[in-house]
Amino acid sequence: MAKLNINGKTIDVEVDGDTPLLWVIREQIGLTGTKYGCGVAQCGACTVHVDGVATRSCSMPVSAVTAEQKIVTIEGLSPDGSHPLQKAWIEHDVPQCGFCQSGMIMAAAAMLQANPKPSEADIAAEMTNICRCGTYNRVKAAIQQVAAGGELGRG
Amino acid sequence: MTSASAVEMKLSRRSLLAGSAATAGAFSFGFSVPFADEALAQGATPEINAWVVVQPDDKVVIRIARSEMGQGTLTGLAQLVAEELECDWAKVTTEYPTPGQNLARNRVWGNFSTGGSRGIRESHDYVRKGGAAARIMLVQAAAAEWKVPAAECSVAKGVITHKASGRSLRYGEVAAAAAKLSPPSEVPLKDPKDWTIAGKPLRRLDTADKTNGKKIYGMDFKLPGMLNAAIKDCPVFGGKVKSFDAAKIKDMPGVKHVVPVGDSAVAVVADTWWRAKTALDALPIVWDEGEHAKVSSESIAAWLKEGLDAPQAAVGNQVGDVKAAIAGAARTIEQVYSYPFQNHACMEVMNATALYTPERCEVWTPTQNGEAALAATAEASGLPLAKCEAYKIDLGGGFGRRGAVHDWIRQVVAIAKQIPGTPVKLIWSREEDMLHGRFHPVTQCKLTGALDKDGNLTGLHMRISGQSIVAGIFPQNIQNGRDPAVFQGLNPPGPEASIGYTIPNLLIDHAMRNPHVPPGFWRGVNLNQNTIYLECFIDELAHATGKDPLEFRRALMKSHPKHLAVLNAVAEKAGWGTKAPEGVYRGICQTMGFGSYVAAVAEVSVSPEGKLKVHKITAATDPGHAVNPAQIERQVEGSFVYGLSAALFGECTVKDGRIVEENFDSYPVMRLEDMPAVETVIVPSGGFWGGVGEPTIAVAAPAVLNAIFAATGKRVRSMPLRHADLRKA
Repeated sequence: MAKLNINGKTIDVEVDGDTPLLWVIREQIGLTGTKYGCGVAQCGACTVHVDGVATRSCSMPVSAVTAEQKIVTIEGLSPDGSHPLQKAWIEHDVPQCGFCQSGMIMAAAAMLQANPKPSEADIAAEMTNICRCGTYNRVKAAIQQVAAGGELGRG
Repeated sequence: MTSASAVEMKLSRRSLLAGSAATAGAFSFGFSVPFADEALAQGATPEINAWVVVQPDDKVVIRIARSEMGQGTLTGLAQLVAEELECDWAKVTTEYPTPGQNLARNRVWGNFSTGGSRGIRESHDYVRKGGAAARIMLVQAAAAEWKVPAAECSVAKGVITHKASGRSLRYGEVAAAAAKLSPPSEVPLKDPKDWTIAGKPLRRLDTADKTNGKKIYGMDFKLPGMLNAAIKDCPVFGGKVKSFDAAKIKDMPGVKHVVPVGDSAVAVVADTWWRAKTALDALPIVWDEGEHAKVSSESIAAWLKEGLDAPQAAVGNQVGDVKAAIAGAARTIEQVYSYPFQNHACMEVMNATALYTPERCEVWTPTQNGEAALAATAEASGLPLAKCEAYKIDLGGGFGRRGAVHDWIRQVVAIAKQIPGTPVKLIWSREEDMLHGRFHPVTQCKLTGALDKDGNLTGLHMRISGQSIVAGIFPQNIQNGRDPAVFQGLNPPGPEASIGYTIPNLLIDHAMRNPHVPPGFWRGVNLNQNTIYLECFIDELAHATGKDPLEFRRALMKSHPKHLAVLNAVAEKAGWGTKAPEGVYRGICQTMGFGSYVAAVAEVSVSPEGKLKVHKITAATDPGHAVNPAQIERQVEGSFVYGLSAALFGECTVKDGRIVEENFDSYPVMRLEDMPAVETVIVPSGGFWGGVGEPTIAVAAPAVLNAIFAATGKRVRSMPLRHADLRKA
């Protein structure tokens, strides 16, 4: 049994404590925007926010998350897909197959929250998610546009 | 493997259940999409023809037979139909017909296969005709209503106008009448220079749901009452399950079934996938590893090396007398290159959902070939094709892994057969996906060049030794030991994968050596390694004779104007011959495959410690016609990620008969920090239709390898580059 705060709602889930947060989100809670890619925190497809910090949920047991910690998934990033990064992603036509993009956007959102004006080197260092289709340059351009627009972050 | 197209089909139209996954987003099975005559009876919108449905509110549904896996074919094909249809692009949506429907309708949608960069280049003609025929019928319907000749009517953005009488009708208003008309016998197509939708850099149709988590991939698919399965296949290819001890895990949480899958795998079926995987990891399995348990990368390499000088080899391209040319040369240069196994490593691991009853078997899966998926479903279930259906779900990456071999479908059906009436979703772990790929073939190549006293290339022998994909997947296509696909990019002059050089004495031959590791069509296929071999060796010859690599190539390319044109285009754009920034060095290459001509210039620097940085790649491509330049740019950029991931990092090694690399920690791929700037030059010369998803991959590695030589004087001839010491020679 675990009590989780996901996308602003508190939810009780029947689950073994060592189950990775990823699989609780996908299988018990039923939010499938967060993806399984590797299971070993390598690829970032499973990235969610835990108290605003980009977290690879495939490698975090659900027992390590308290009921007070705020978990945000791609479904909760904005109510209607209007987060500046989501809009920039559409404007730049970033996704190809799209499978890694939830994780990309969540990683980028957490980065900009902490560092609203990232340098190219900052982006390269922070955005370590894997994309096999090869969207990296469009990911970078979309992030830079949002950073330049100053719509995010603590300022 | 049985080709679905080869099977005689007599399906009852009314028995078909259509693809809810692709069409309506309603994931309950049994959701029915009726055909036109039935639709009319039910009051729904009829189709104008197989490709076009126009709804009363003018929404246009364009049917797409090929699979969308990120490459943008869905948008490009829709552009071609919409161009001829003259509809309002803002009102276009798409849907997949199912493979069962295709067979039932005498394959009205043609080939579903989505590989070899063929999506657009092999269907542009009939999809455009589908759009044009629908437009003619819609105009006819309006003309009939007005009682005027159709020739007096014009159409734009889905509105038909009779100028003389000042009347107009929207497509949605005449769609029902148009659907009743006979299709036109003459369907002329527009000259591409008059295109207004095709040929334009339009945004993709399928982006929004990829930014908000709503997009449903196969891994996300759900059916009521569904169970989840995890699987382990014998890690040694060709091995079998000797025994497994189900009693040890049957009481673990959530476990429902522990079942054999064929003779080589075991699956655990549980309420959730995580519990299935956890129990599977705890399941004692004894393998019979079979005859290949001693094979290693070293033993494979030794076998291939022997093939480099073997007397027997199949000829792919032969001109003049290369032996005499080499014997009489003023100077010969000989080098050996090699290329390792690669895994496709799609971000979405293999998965499928199946529901089997003795009367029917249905599968929902990401596939590059819906018809082959249906055939695999029928074969694995033992039911006739008419009692099976395969529903396509957009792919989280394909790259060739999900097209020719549907091993995961056979597995999920084998599991579902053991729990009839219960839907089951099989998801591979990443480890299973890495161990049981269909790998990029392993090859070596010995190149011998003959030079005259002036440094002119008078002869070239390329001996390829190694694996044949075709022998592994379609062995019936091997004739007299010859796999024609192995010579991709090296063929005699012609429209497909031809060599871009005229060499007076040329021999390109292949000594087939097929290790037990199963090969597959890996994005770019054989063009990848062949272009490394030829283009790096040509570079070696240029440097050995003191000639500029571009000029050395140009001298051999006078009879290959299309190859030469893209090479010149990239050289000009990249400023070849001008001074590069301090510490930056350039490499150049070209090739032709998948119907298109491509060339690249890479700019790299190498630090004194030997650290490589790829700063920029300029790429030129001539695909004949450019259906969506913006998406071509994305395919070119993506091609460099795929090609450079392999060149820099990618290698699957073999030990004790199995693949060693099990995840991205041991199989690194390119990340954002490794990504160079990419500048794309699209030079469509018209008159032919080439692919864009794959050819550019082939020029990624040789451009970088040739630039590394320029920077360091070091020639890297075996991949991946991470093993090479790049400190300056």
